[in-house]
Amino acid sequence: MSVDVLAAGRTRRAVRRRGALATLVVLVVATFVVTLMVGQTFYPPGDVLRVIAGQTVPGASFTVGELRLPRAVLGVLAGVAFALGGVTFQTMLRNPLASPDIIGITHGASAAAVFAITVLAVSGAVISLVAVVAALATAMLIYVLSFKDGVVGTRLILIGIGIAAMLQSVVSYLLVRAATWDLPAAMRWITGSLNGATWSEVVTLSVAVAAFGALLLSHSRRLDLLQLGDDAASALGVRVERTRVTVIIAAVGLIAFATAATGPIAFVAFLSGPIAARLVGPTGSLLVPAALVGALLVLVADLAGQFAFGSRYPVGVVTGVLGAPYLVYLLIRTNRAGGSL
Amino acid sequence: MTVTLVRTAAPDDADRRRPVPAILALLLAGAAVLVLAAALSVAFGTRVVGWNDLVSAFTTDADGIAEAAVRQRIPRTLLAMLVGASLGVAGAVLQGLTRNPLADPMILGVTPGASLAVVSGIAFFGLSTATGYIWVAITGAALASAFVYGIGSLGRGGPTPLKLALSGAATTAAFTSLISAILLPRVDVLNSFRFWQVGGVGGATYTKLGQVLPFLIVGALICIACSRGLNSLALGDELATGLGERVMVIRVAAFVGAVTLCGAATAVAGPIAFVGLVVPHVCRLLIGVDHRWLLPSAAMVGALLLTVADVVGRVVARPSEIEVGIVTAIIGAPFFIYVVRKQKVRAL
Repeated sequence: MSVDVLAAGRTRRAVRRRGALATLVVLVVATFVVTLMVGQTFYPPGDVLRVIAGQTVPGASFTVGELRLPRAVLGVLAGVAFALGGVTFQTMLRNPLASPDIIGITHGASAAAVFAITVLAVSGAVISLVAVVAALATAMLIYVLSFKDGVVGTRLILIGIGIAAMLQSVVSYLLVRAATWDLPAAMRWITGSLNGATWSEVVTLSVAVAAFGALLLSHSRRLDLLQLGDDAASALGVRVERTRVTVIIAAVGLIAFATAATGPIAFVAFLSGPIAARLVGPTGSLLVPAALVGALLVLVADLAGQFAFGSRYPVGVVTGVLGAPYLVYLLIRTNRAGGSL
Repeated sequence: MTVTLVRTAAPDDADRRRPVPAILALLLAGAAVLVLAAALSVAFGTRVVGWNDLVSAFTTDADGIAEAAVRQRIPRTLLAMLVGASLGVAGAVLQGLTRNPLADPMILGVTPGASLAVVSGIAFFGLSTATGYIWVAITGAALASAFVYGIGSLGRGGPTPLKLALSGAATTAAFTSLISAILLPRVDVLNSFRFWQVGGVGGATYTKLGQVLPFLIVGALICIACSRGLNSLALGDELATGLGERVMVIRVAAFVGAVTLCGAATAVAGPIAFVGLVVPHVCRLLIGVDHRWLLPSAAMVGALLLTVADVVGRVVARPSEIEVGIVTAIIGAPFFIYVVRKQKVRAL
């Protein structure tokens, strides 16, 4: 009898998960297509699909193919990358607030990218490279500094916040030194934006998402086991430190490449995991659902930022303003429950 | 027990109360160093000024570039000292009030609160007077820090360092987005804001000093009046009540005093991080835990730290300069990490 009940519950949760995933996929695709359709000129879905299929459509080929398509693809990729990186950290440290945009890893990538642009005057792939190296170095620094008879999650988060504050001031300094004509471009490194997306950025980021994403997905079971605590996980056959280091490298790589391409889009890393957990319920890995939520968040926020207000806002401002109340709610709820803090 | 924080140095808290003559000697020595730092701050700067020009700036009416530069350094030095002293005292009071060694105006969200209030004031209400800035900044600072503290103290264990730091970081992130949302369509405000945002004392004038001084004096007086009460609070709420202290009154008064100090300082100098964090710890090591001595010494060490940081920022990056807020962040963040590592942070 009780086996039946358990089995029924498992089936119900699996159905819910599949339903939520399917809905998310449909929403992402729909938003993606809408993003390609609307703008200064409206193109019907047929034109958009023909451009994607590679046919030449007068007008639409340039507007959709060269302007809107890279922007939308970059948005999806950045959303996926931020979300995967964020949910990995949240799962690993068992704290929804331990996302890379709060504990300073995004700040490391951001500071390095701004330094590369304003001081070294480099562009393109070099910026990505510098950002990735810096983000990894930041993550390593935070890890080493918080290591004292093992790493305690709380100490790591606090030290991350300290590092974030320091890097933030470095970014401020570089921005003050930046020439006025660089300012709009530089603001991107505070807020995150999809403006001026190009195919070369898309290529770089898609390679990174494919490589690191695959690495993360292949470790998703071990990551979930890590949530049970180090002792339980190693009893179940997980090599704890090795898994942790691999997973950290993959997550940091995703965050760094995404930050180098779009700037730190606020709260996507932080929000995607908790939202996904709400949607799919308590079953299975959160990696795929969170990635879908991240892509959807960035697409919707970019659409809203471009067309919903009197002036055009970069996507990071919209996600920031949308994310703020949710963040406060999450803090209040977590503190009330007295749970993971 | 509502307090979950354990200071590693707690066992020798009792004998960290030094005899009064020793404290006075330390304070005097500190004052001497401060005077020296102020002299350095006037003598050294981005522009290299010879001895003769330095003397003539004070003794004659000569109006060369060198003399003007030196004269401009005087209000700047005064402002650095005032702001540093205010932040030091505010930090000491906030740490005593929350019994939290990581309490700092920046971490408690005071600074972003003041920034958001000032920016919305400029953008939506045509705020333009300097006194108006200060009032708005103080209000914003008070609201933001009350908010952060409120969220951080929900749930079990009261306001633990981690909860406070997280709710502060979260609120800062949220406010930063709101600030960008307000600023981005307004390029003119954005341009002036980016200079305010780094925190500096370079734009000091006597007028500015005069405008902010009354606020700083009021805030400092409130804080000093609370120092005995803060000593009782350090024993825990129950014991303080038993000693006849009105705990809530002390809390609110000390909070108002501290927020007035750092709100006004932020309004005039921009956000300057970590001074309020570092200074009280240094002073507790030197002077002990008695707030009646701690607050004056925090004022002095804060003034000293900011003056020296300002001189360093002017000298290392010639012919340009590094704003003092950045110098303090570079010095302060490692110190913050050191304090975190010294804490016995509970495992999750």
